Amino acid sequence: MVEEEISRRYSEKKMRCPVHLSIGQEAIPSIFAMTITKDDFAVSTHRGHAHYLSKGGNLDAMIAEIYGKSTGCAKGKGGSMHLIDRNVNFMGTSAIVGNSIPVGVGLALSTKLKGTDQISCIFLGDGAVEEGVFYESVNFAAVRKLPVLFICENNLYSVYSPLSVRQPKDRSIAKMVEGMGIEMSIGNDSDILANQKLMKKAVSNVRSGNGPHFLEFPTYRWREHCGHNFDNDIGYRSEEEFLEWQAKDPLKLLERNLSKDSIDLSKKLLSIKESINSEVLAAFEFAEASPFPDQLEAYKGVYAAEGAQ
Amino acid sequence: MSQKTYTEAINEALHEAMRLDSSVICYGLGVTDPKAIFGTTANLEKQFGTERVFDMPTSENAMTGVAIGAALNGTKSVMTHQRIDFFLLAMDQLVNGAAKWHYMFGSQNSVPITIRLIIGRGWGQGPTHSQNLQAWFAHIPGLKVVMPTTPEDAKGMLLASIFDPNPVIFLEHRWLHNSIGEVPDGDIRVPLGKAKIIKSGKDITVVSMSYMTIEAIHASDYLEKQGILCEVIDLRTIKPLDWQTVMESVSKTGHLLALDSGFSTGSVAGEIIARVSMENFSALKSPPARLAMPDVPEPTSPSLTRGFYVRAADIVEKVMDMMGRDTGQVRKDLIEPIPHDVPGKWFEGPF
Repeated sequence: MVEEEISRRYSEKKMRCPVHLSIGQEAIPSIFAMTITKDDFAVSTHRGHAHYLSKGGNLDAMIAEIYGKSTGCAKGKGGSMHLIDRNVNFMGTSAIVGNSIPVGVGLALSTKLKGTDQISCIFLGDGAVEEGVFYESVNFAAVRKLPVLFICENNLYSVYSPLSVRQPKDRSIAKMVEGMGIEMSIGNDSDILANQKLMKKAVSNVRSGNGPHFLEFPTYRWREHCGHNFDNDIGYRSEEEFLEWQAKDPLKLLERNLSKDSIDLSKKLLSIKESINSEVLAAFEFAEASPFPDQLEAYKGVYAAEGAQ
Repeated sequence: MSQKTYTEAINEALHEAMRLDSSVICYGLGVTDPKAIFGTTANLEKQFGTERVFDMPTSENAMTGVAIGAALNGTKSVMTHQRIDFFLLAMDQLVNGAAKWHYMFGSQNSVPITIRLIIGRGWGQGPTHSQNLQAWFAHIPGLKVVMPTTPEDAKGMLLASIFDPNPVIFLEHRWLHNSIGEVPDGDIRVPLGKAKIIKSGKDITVVSMSYMTIEAIHASDYLEKQGILCEVIDLRTIKPLDWQTVMESVSKTGHLLALDSGFSTGSVAGEIIARVSMENFSALKSPPARLAMPDVPEPTSPSLTRGFYVRAADIVEKVMDMMGRDTGQVRKDLIEPIPHDVPGKWFEGPF
């Protein structure tokens, strides 16, 4: 609903930075939100709005950041692709594919050294699996048995390049990673409850010191790679494929199942949606009303000062 | 205080930092092997344990990212690579990550990381074991770049780097590892960003860094006998650079020779000449000059590296030329040592 609002308003040209929307891929962050604790760490990618929010990241600060305001989560220095909320240990997202993966592993190394039971969760896409740093990171997490949960959202496309031109046909990403010596599980493309069980089990395995775990979830991006439009017309994927994925969208299916059994539940869903909607509208109001950072702020903060955190 | 080698000074700084702060960890390929990075990491594992001192996979890029992540949770990494050239695999994590993290997330996190990189030279190190890339790193906002010359500075600046809240590229020239000097005991931090006037003089400013400073000292000794008094400035920190010391010296001497151990084009020496020319032009009594490596990869065969490096003789010749003096005798007095491709008898290869 947050990103639907971004889409509605993007053409106003007030959000002047690239946005990579997770619409269609919300099921995975939704179960993540219900599985993880505030103290656990998470890092994510350019398509990171949903991950930030699922970790409990502040909505007002995220929208303000996209608007380039001083109240933004990175004070206007980062934009949509550099989200952070230290209060909930959401440690950052990166515009460079695969870039945040080793950072997540480093967080895990540090928690292990400090002896806490925090785990570090790393969101990545199928494209990042083609980066060298991914293998380096998985390998190090495996050799040091670090508490890392890799969450791979396989949405079949890297920008507009389909998996078929990027990875060999019939080779499973998760099985390949298993061959590197870490445990893995593969999620379902439509059953959110089964996926939730899978994630719970993986989190508990990682937390109990069994080393890293790799989760792969099939999913589908509804909008264009970057921007707010639908783009089935430009010819890199078929309308049929899109409709097929829309039909099996795990959240829609869940909603349908819940509503058909009980009028009470469907009323409850409606009221939840209303309350979220007013939160979203308030966040946009907050962002619009917030001041821009002073122009001179651009030249500050290149170095951290002595005694910085 | 006692006489120690540069290597021992580095080793002492690492021991001191790890003793002072339990959040400091040390890793790199070969850190715990029997050779211990030319002895610089000797005994660290024994002293501080395998959790804090460890060998690592050959994964320069990811391990740089690991240092960022660890830093975000308060762990200070000192990572070492036996040659700077291997570290080129880590440019994404260094440039897109470490250097910008503090800035692009609105100054909420700092990433204290020290990356020790060793620069090779001679003995056939060749094109990919001998690069001096300080200018590259200095180009990136958010990085600090240090290049200590003396053992005392090596210790003091490594301590300062480890406890600096920013990512620091710490460049050690292999030809300095066996140099000897006074090294005070204990926590003797040398502030980053301050150059050192190694030799005071009124006639010409010679700005230098790392191993080039050794050649500059030899040159200035010779020039002194010719009646030319050089002010030799050892930059020590390349970024942020101590412009005040450079400008004040040029204002005093009116002449500038900038030395660089890196390739000529886009060098630190070039930046020094540009900035002095722009901001202190009226002080200059002659066109500023630069001596740096040619824009050519360093070849391997000893026959190809003869006359290849900037040596004291080149510096002397250039200075005398700038002063309008006859240089006829210089090459006779300062012949290239034989062999020319080792820093001294102590160096017997292989790297």
